[in-house]
Amino acid sequence: MSAPTSSEPTSTARPPAAAAATAPARRGGRLNAMLITGAVMVGVVVLICIVSFLWTPMSPVATDPIDRLQAGSAAHWLGTDGLGRDVTSQLIVGSRIPLLVGVVAVLIALLLGVPWGILAGMAGRPGQWCMRWNDIVQAFPPLLLAVVFAAVFGASTWSAMLALGIGFAPGFARVTRSGTIQVMSREYAVAARAAGRGPLFTAIHHVVPNIRSIVIVQATVTFALAVLSEAALSFLGLGTPAPTPSWGRMLQEAQAYIYNRPTLILWPGVAIAWTVLAFNLLGDGLRDQLDPRMKERR
Amino acid sequence: MTLSGNPSGAPLEPDTRIDPGGSQPTPVLTVRDLRVGTAHTEILHGLNLTINGGERVGLIGESGSGKSITCLSAMGLLPDNLSTGGSIRLAGIEENLLEMPEAALAPLRGSRMSMVFQEPMTALNPLQRVGRQVAEVIDIHGHGQSHQSSSARAVELLDSVGIPDPGRAAQAFPHQLSGGQRQRVMLAMAMANTPDLLFADEPTTALDVTVQAQVLELMRRQVREAGSSLLFITHDLAIVAEICERVLIMRHGELVEQGPIDRVFSDPQHPYTKALLAASGLEVNPSTGRLVTLADLTAGPVVDPQPGSEGEAAPRDPADRPERTPFRIHESLPDGHQGTIVFNRAPASSGLAPAMVQVTELTRTYLRPGRGLKGPTKVPALRGVSFDVREGQHFGIVGESGCGKSTLLRMLTGLERDGSGSVQIGGREVVGQRERNLRWLRQEVQIVFQDPMGSLDPRMRVEDIVTESLIGVPRSERRERAQKILLDVDLPADAVDRYPHEFSGGQRQRIAIARALVNSPRILVADEAVSALDVSVRAQVLNLLSDLVDAYGLTLLFVSHDLHVVRHVCDTVAVMKAGRIIECGPTDEVYDSPQHPYTASLIRAVPTLQVA
Repeated sequence: MSAPTSSEPTSTARPPAAAAATAPARRGGRLNAMLITGAVMVGVVVLICIVSFLWTPMSPVATDPIDRLQAGSAAHWLGTDGLGRDVTSQLIVGSRIPLLVGVVAVLIALLLGVPWGILAGMAGRPGQWCMRWNDIVQAFPPLLLAVVFAAVFGASTWSAMLALGIGFAPGFARVTRSGTIQVMSREYAVAARAAGRGPLFTAIHHVVPNIRSIVIVQATVTFALAVLSEAALSFLGLGTPAPTPSWGRMLQEAQAYIYNRPTLILWPGVAIAWTVLAFNLLGDGLRDQLDPRMKERR
Repeated sequence: MTLSGNPSGAPLEPDTRIDPGGSQPTPVLTVRDLRVGTAHTEILHGLNLTINGGERVGLIGESGSGKSITCLSAMGLLPDNLSTGGSIRLAGIEENLLEMPEAALAPLRGSRMSMVFQEPMTALNPLQRVGRQVAEVIDIHGHGQSHQSSSARAVELLDSVGIPDPGRAAQAFPHQLSGGQRQRVMLAMAMANTPDLLFADEPTTALDVTVQAQVLELMRRQVREAGSSLLFITHDLAIVAEICERVLIMRHGELVEQGPIDRVFSDPQHPYTKALLAASGLEVNPSTGRLVTLADLTAGPVVDPQPGSEGEAAPRDPADRPERTPFRIHESLPDGHQGTIVFNRAPASSGLAPAMVQVTELTRTYLRPGRGLKGPTKVPALRGVSFDVREGQHFGIVGESGCGKSTLLRMLTGLERDGSGSVQIGGREVVGQRERNLRWLRQEVQIVFQDPMGSLDPRMRVEDIVTESLIGVPRSERRERAQKILLDVDLPADAVDRYPHEFSGGQRQRIAIARALVNSPRILVADEAVSALDVSVRAQVLNLLSDLVDAYGLTLLFVSHDLHVVRHVCDTVAVMKAGRIIECGPTDEVYDSPQHPYTASLIRAVPTLQVA
């Protein structure tokens, strides 16, 4: 404990990615690239979503039975679908729903899971009971929960968001609890008690700032899951009802023309894959950037 | 390839080798102009050193001085992100070790040179039996004829490092051994192939004093018998005095002084060596009554030290202590005594006010969860501890790890609610109270923790850290008080807006002290408060602590495993062993004429700077 000689010089002089071309430096460079790639890819999706409110090549809901199932042309860049709607416009506007569902579901999961996890982490033995409740909720896959909600409350964007939010909350609770236990075992948490501070103060001023990074990473990864789940729900017709375009429903409608116009399946598929990959890369990149253990290894 | 540095058949008496008049010593390890650095900074700036055959050399430096890096460079174990320059040569090897490929270097490790690490628990594989790990070292280098023979040899080796019942110990897992035994296993592994050179990187820092003394003795004997050379890395000068013949003093990646131990310790040339010696001996400056610090010596003439808040931190005169605390009784627990002695309690007839802290029959037993069908086992941490601390007393509690001093401290400060007995502070009960009934205690008792890295929230600004105990005080006033208390602990007032990681270890401990004192408590509890600090910083922090304790008129409870520090800081000391206090009395009396045999052995085991 007295002289961490070996760690000190190396940690103070932690090499940024610009170090010599040794193996760890290359690894460091790639990790950074993951974060940047993820951020850029997410940025593209968000930009497209913003643009959709201002401008689309055509109306995404205007049908044109004469020009249906067209290949790409100057008028319709990516062609038209079975009802003659412009695929490009649908694709652009279709980004709104996945992003909305992602944001709201993650927010719900955060608001439910994080306080629950902190409570479980600070409560000691009763905290273990909190985690058993958590296990029960976690036993229901979020997608199943969403199907149940759609059956009970009717299929809507809100039922999907709520169900996914509840379904993802246990993951947050788990991550938060382990982080909280770690913080509570540090001497500064004991010092706060010795200073006469109550648990609420400790939770807000010590626990939350110190677990922030792991929660952010969890949120990013969950976001990707939420996008994927929304696509699945829309595909099943349990998400946002027509005519609001969404990638999942585009996939489902394109199913009928899979042999005539396979590209109709391709574009929404690419959009979903792109978005999920973007958030996963961002999450992994953030984790490596924020996790002190990974930093030491570099 | 010859074993020129290791004539294992007929080892030369090592002592003759350093005799300047004797035969020319053969260097085992020669380091020339060793430079290690990252892409941005250089850590070692051209290091030159030579270790001769059979020589025991101590490498001393504070944290960050580059002593471990030196050793890792020679072993070829540097992290990949460090670049190296210069040369390291091992006797009998033509090439520069720094330029050898990993495949050529690996056979040398464990056979020609080996290493003992600081923390034996993490250096041993937790899932492999100890005997197998030792046998593996023999197998790897092809010295074992068969699986059986290397296993048998492993048991022999465990026996040679003084592990009782080596046959059974070989079947044990590392966690089933004590810290001292684990370090002995590490030593057995390191010495398995009688290396020419043994590197020991702070091998005893994690051990208790009595165990440390045994391990050091063992290490010296093993190295001498094998004819190996030793490079012993430590921050503790006293240990080097015990085990080494020659010493190298390192600072900021450079050797500042080297020479035979008695010369360096009796007649240091470099100001840093002088300062280090004074600081680790906790020398007192006769003119001020304060500890000599690094700053005093390197800055030349002693400047008048900064006084406390209003300059009332008068030089401490040890002679005025007995007046302040008239009743300090030297008592010890007789052998086999099962009852309770209330230590340090003034007789009722003395007419004194009751003591500030009264601890009676404090008992705490932990339950270790059982495995399988076995029920939980009871582990007694405190077995009936009773003592008094009077107002203004500087009460020290010493003991080795596991003696219950941390548990005692947690119960005393109301941080642990379970357990029985009574702790009365200012006449009010602490044990068994609910947190909301302990608000008064949080105002009266404050704690300084051991590790300033862990006790300061890395995400909080210093202002918020320091004023954490000021509940319900408006923001502007908190800032003002934070600035004032930071000045008291000799930190700039603008430190309030910074974060803990911007400060050095000593400065962080000052922040921790500031936090403890900001609401003017009556009792300050220091839990190993200087154990994590470098020697030179230690003296400064101790000076500061004494000044502040005097200036604020505090009662001090100082818990430590370091007997040396306790002797300097405390006027009364209690020695703990296995959950009980076994001896208590005025510090000087206890140290000079211990009544209990355990106290005597503890005091004997402390390494001293006197060269043997």
